[in-house]
Amino acid sequence: MIEQVVQLPLAVGEDLVIPKNRFGSGGKRLCVVTGTHGDELEGQYVCWRLARLLEEQPDALRGTVDIYPALNPLGISTMTRGIPLCDLDMNRTFPGSERGSMSEYIAARLIRDMAGADVCVDIHASNIYLREIPQVRVNENTAERLLPLARRLNMDLIWIHAAATVLESTLAHSLNALDTPTLVVEMGIGMRLTRSYGDQLLTGLLSLMASLGMWTAPVMPVAQPIVSSDGCVSFVNASRSGIFIPSVAHAAYVEQGQELGAVVDPLTGDICETLKSPASGLLFTLREYPVVYEGSLLARILGGGI
Amino acid sequence: MREELLFRVDTPYRRSLPVKGWYFGDPQQKSLAVMGSLRGNEIQQMYVCSLLIQSLVDLERQGLLAPDAGILVVPCANQFSMNVGRRFWAADNTDINRMFPGYDQGETTQRIAGRIFTAIQGYTYGVHLTSFYLSGDHLPHVRIMATGYEQAEEGLFFGLPYVVVRHPQPYDTTTLNYNWQIWNTQAFSLYTPETESINQDTALQAVQAILRFLYAKGLCLRDVPSPGVTPEILQESCLHNIISASGGLLLRARAPGDVVKPGQILGDILDPCGGQLLEHLRSDCTGRVFFARKSRLIDGHEVAFRILPDARCRVIPSGEQA
Repeated sequence: MIEQVVQLPLAVGEDLVIPKNRFGSGGKRLCVVTGTHGDELEGQYVCWRLARLLEEQPDALRGTVDIYPALNPLGISTMTRGIPLCDLDMNRTFPGSERGSMSEYIAARLIRDMAGADVCVDIHASNIYLREIPQVRVNENTAERLLPLARRLNMDLIWIHAAATVLESTLAHSLNALDTPTLVVEMGIGMRLTRSYGDQLLTGLLSLMASLGMWTAPVMPVAQPIVSSDGCVSFVNASRSGIFIPSVAHAAYVEQGQELGAVVDPLTGDICETLKSPASGLLFTLREYPVVYEGSLLARILGGGI
Repeated sequence: MREELLFRVDTPYRRSLPVKGWYFGDPQQKSLAVMGSLRGNEIQQMYVCSLLIQSLVDLERQGLLAPDAGILVVPCANQFSMNVGRRFWAADNTDINRMFPGYDQGETTQRIAGRIFTAIQGYTYGVHLTSFYLSGDHLPHVRIMATGYEQAEEGLFFGLPYVVVRHPQPYDTTTLNYNWQIWNTQAFSLYTPETESINQDTALQAVQAILRFLYAKGLCLRDVPSPGVTPEILQESCLHNIISASGGLLLRARAPGDVVKPGQILGDILDPCGGQLLEHLRSDCTGRVFFARKSRLIDGHEVAFRILPDARCRVIPSGEQA
């Protein structure tokens, strides 16, 4: 059943509507959430697959699944990462305020709607610059509680990252603070769909539901993820501006000192910088968008101390 | 006066962009740093800096800066975005003012923030000329983050009508103002009504406020007459938000500074095509209009006005706190 979580009048002949599709009733509740950033579309495929499956096999569901495919519908419809007009990052507006501006009000209403769920999965897709392997990101303060749930999601990596005050404005932090366990999935790349990653996460969601007693149909076994902390992750940033040409494939295992790519100058033909891997391990992040500036993130390698 | 290159930002396809600072007074002293536009649409903020530089050149030439004054003005750190008409860093739409204190091994705007912070750190006082995320007209004011290190009373020396104390949200902790405070600079964000366009009167008002502050701190020997108002400190949470219920065309009936009473109409929202009245926006208290939305299109549940009520919470000066 499709419900309007938020409906507000826009200025000229249109309403802003944030819908959810509710399957089942009563029992435990899973929220599948995506579309906070308007340029991240990987979650759209997952929502579509999950909605079809729940429509086709209603008898297998025990409990309630709420699917929110577009928390930022104006952003998705206009290829805008943030909230159009005010250009705010929606994932820095939570928990919001019912007496605040429109963005704060929307955030507050969404939190009110999702709070109390047994699990929430917030699907992101990196951005348009970087490609990521399927992963769950967990704040170290919530890792103990969330790790068993994250292992069910069939992702390749669980990255337990350090807490940061600025991240307290995210949907996940706000819901976890309200005792609603919330997992953040990052996978693929902005403005694209990666079907294999979406299928992988769908299996994970069904596995998670089965582990909670919410899904009775057979589920494929899930792979065991690598679990890593910040200390095992090496970053490679550009030191020069130019065009980045990678020489390795995403998700490959690389050796320390191996060439990852080069930053080049199309005008002069120069190689401005050659990038080497600082560690041996899994290249789990790789830059896709070629134009780079000093500081642009080019790669992340999971290596050392795993 | 010394015009110095603080750092350069290298970009592909465009020339290397210089970020410059204008130094006045004793090079060994770090009294006041003024940061101008960090965003590409902060034209008024850059203009205020340019006027301030002109004033400081005159004062220095006439020997009217105190011997122990050391002043730095950085008018603009984001011509990369300004020259292409974008508010945030045009390559990835990140906001430099959400990247402080910066990180020299991080992403591009983290590095830029880090270099700016290196240049303007260690000053006793810091002024950031900045803009608000809600597009609209404010009464001129100084804003201070309540970090636990703030001294709100210092803001009174600018002579602007209000010093607004904001209790920071998590997303505020990466702003320049917040990080200046944490690193022992008394930081003030100074707001004037305009951003994208220039208002010469309020720009001059901002320059005079900074010069007045310098005089009050003994850093400048020429006084700037007070505008005749008694500045006061108020909590941002005291402001009453007047929220729209309808979407449509906003016609303002009241402007910042107007005195209003409960029930008084502040503006109307009209159907944008049919023209019929959808909503009167009314004041919910006796007070003064502090903020009025600028855009003539308004959605439902937007902040149309903010009213400073006559009956407002008193800010306890830090000396009186337990």
